[in-house]
Amino acid sequence: MTDKSHDPNQMTGAAMIVRALIDHGVQHIFGYPGGAVLPIYDEIFQQSEVEHILVRHEQGAGHAAEGYARSTGKPGVVLVTSGPGATNMVTPLTDALMDSIPLVCITGQVPTHLIGNDAFQECDTVGITRPCTKHNWLVRDVNDLAKVLHEAFYVATTGRPGPVVVDVPKDVQFAIGTYHPPRKSDVHVSYTPRVKGDAAQIRKAVALLASAKRPVIYSGGGVINSGPEASKLLRELVEVTGFPITSTLMGLGAYPATGKNWLGMLGMHGTYEANMTMHGCDVMLCVGARFDDRITGRTDAFSPGSKKIHIDIDPSSINKNIRVDVPIIGDAANVLGDLLQVFKAEAKRPDIKPWWQEIAKWRARNSLAYKKNNDVILPQYAIERLFAATRGHDTYITTEVGQHQMWAAQFFGFEEPHRWMTSGGLGTMGYGLPAALGVQVAHRDSLVIDIAGDASVQMTMQEMSTAVQFELPIKIFILNNQYMGMVRQWQQLLHGNRLSHSYSEALPDFVKLADAFGCVGLQAIKPGDLDGALKEMISVKRPVLFDCRVAALENCFPMIPSGKAHNEMLLPVEATDEATAAAFAGGKALV
Amino acid sequence: MNQPASAYFLEERHDPNETHTLSVLVQNEPGVLARVIGLFSGRGYNIESLTVSETESQKHLSRITIVTTGTPMVIEQIKHQLDRMIPVYRVVDMTLTGRSIERELAMVKVQGRGDSRVEALRLADAFRARVIDATTESFVFEITGNSTKISQFIDLMRPLGLVEVSRTGVAAIGRGPEGM
Repeated sequence: MTDKSHDPNQMTGAAMIVRALIDHGVQHIFGYPGGAVLPIYDEIFQQSEVEHILVRHEQGAGHAAEGYARSTGKPGVVLVTSGPGATNMVTPLTDALMDSIPLVCITGQVPTHLIGNDAFQECDTVGITRPCTKHNWLVRDVNDLAKVLHEAFYVATTGRPGPVVVDVPKDVQFAIGTYHPPRKSDVHVSYTPRVKGDAAQIRKAVALLASAKRPVIYSGGGVINSGPEASKLLRELVEVTGFPITSTLMGLGAYPATGKNWLGMLGMHGTYEANMTMHGCDVMLCVGARFDDRITGRTDAFSPGSKKIHIDIDPSSINKNIRVDVPIIGDAANVLGDLLQVFKAEAKRPDIKPWWQEIAKWRARNSLAYKKNNDVILPQYAIERLFAATRGHDTYITTEVGQHQMWAAQFFGFEEPHRWMTSGGLGTMGYGLPAALGVQVAHRDSLVIDIAGDASVQMTMQEMSTAVQFELPIKIFILNNQYMGMVRQWQQLLHGNRLSHSYSEALPDFVKLADAFGCVGLQAIKPGDLDGALKEMISVKRPVLFDCRVAALENCFPMIPSGKAHNEMLLPVEATDEATAAAFAGGKALV
Repeated sequence: MNQPASAYFLEERHDPNETHTLSVLVQNEPGVLARVIGLFSGRGYNIESLTVSETESQKHLSRITIVTTGTPMVIEQIKHQLDRMIPVYRVVDMTLTGRSIERELAMVKVQGRGDSRVEALRLADAFRARVIDATTESFVFEITGNSTKISQFIDLMRPLGLVEVSRTGVAAIGRGPEGM
């Protein structure tokens, strides 16, 4: 033995991984063991600083880590094995890339001498995950491992956050090398995300804002990602300017839903007032949003008369879909801080009273109205009652993808950032249940509810078992209409009401299923049952599957039909069969 | 606007395409070329020509020259998307700077006897192509220049017995004293 054996920084690759996690303040990781990560699991077994949450499928680990990250602002960490472990992570990695969620995923790999030999449980992990990560690494030498791990955390959490993968062959996990704590030189010199906005551009933006007659602020997930400070500054900006504000799906909670300048969400299923305000504005301030196709509608008719200011940390978001007049590259909080300072020092709040009067007329259309029903539970009503029942609780909401997701966004009011976890960009059915697990791990005493659909929830249902094992009292509130509701809605609107494979003929009995998992099953069939059952759901300190039977054929409105612009929305009261058919130009008539 | 039933907004864009030459300075590490090429195929961008080689071995830097076509908005996207890749140091649009020199090298094999062989040699001389291999019935010419010149030379060789061509793709560099 040489002297080196006494050096505390000499250790195996597997030990380095656990040490790096501790050095980066990681308290929880989500994972699933397998042959190519056994040395790392052995290290996890022998320590108590990092708690490992064992999921039932790697996709569950990925979404749980996303929920964890989104609700805490810290990176979510995943540990999975080679081959199928890695390929099962492709969906959550892509999801995290689309929604800018910081994830650090460590994958095991077959020993270096077997790479390329089609070994057991081998796959080209860095090749497969290259387009669905912000960056990835294959570590072939144990002495590169510490540097790569530190760089991985840095890349995932800075600039526009995103998922990264570190692929570690099994022989590298066994090999002994030198560890070093995180240091500045660990990071690629070519990676320098810009945080501070250009002062001249900020001045231009302030001048535009001050001259506005019909302004709007359009904020997105970037404000949430930037941290609580960005939301605080956004609220201050709304206060100081008196401007109306709308938000994307991902940005809900940055400005409170009870705030007086709040217009509701915008986009395909956004409110009438939000979309009309976007269409008619003369100055648009976009903060941390990316002019996604669900937001803009028809791009050549998107907000035609406005000057657009776009604050984004990612230069590639600028001018991607919509040409903007004043781009500002930088972190939302940093730029908003500078912009507020300049505005307060040099500008006067413009008089926009006539604009608010116009907005009031759009608001009066009451675009989220729905016909009440005493016999069946309407999904909108269910969300409203859920929202009412959770008032006063420390609540976090996750969702799956589909109609229930849109209703949750429309009818659940978010007062704070980091309280709303949903798969916006990728639209991953099965996201919400494991995401709720991740949120609950980070917030043990809070009320964590997955607003689910009966189809989505079955995609990752196995994770109820994880909830029971780790005593995570998540509430799965299923709006059960027995359909893939959004698919059915599109088939009704666009494909001649031919409901091709959007009906689930053999649904499980969710109450019995809850029992089988060892959690609590609840059911509501009539509107009168709802409040009592919700109360029980909230008071039970165990995981709950709540089967809320809702009207089977309810559709999600208002809506921007395909090929239409923001000012051509279809409102629920007007959505008669004939009007709907006419609105969907080129679509087939409704039967 | 009428469009078929779709959950997406189907729009046709009619902006004219432009051809741009981009110089990209990257860290020479495993997989870097795959990242760049994957970006182009994954996002549906065109590659007309791509040249890559290590240029500063001490610093492990490689220089990639890409000739691409697209609408001005797409070209702008390509540059931003390249620039945000972790191992990419710099992206310079040589076409926009307007002060760049582009060169390509080709080796052109021509087979023939008699008049056509003499004619091939005469044209090669006019294009300043060098003979780098010869048999009694063939030549291999080496020619350097911009892509148009090379294509023109190849077109002229075609009726004279063109066998095959190997081209390097475009390498570009800015004029004047400054580096990229």
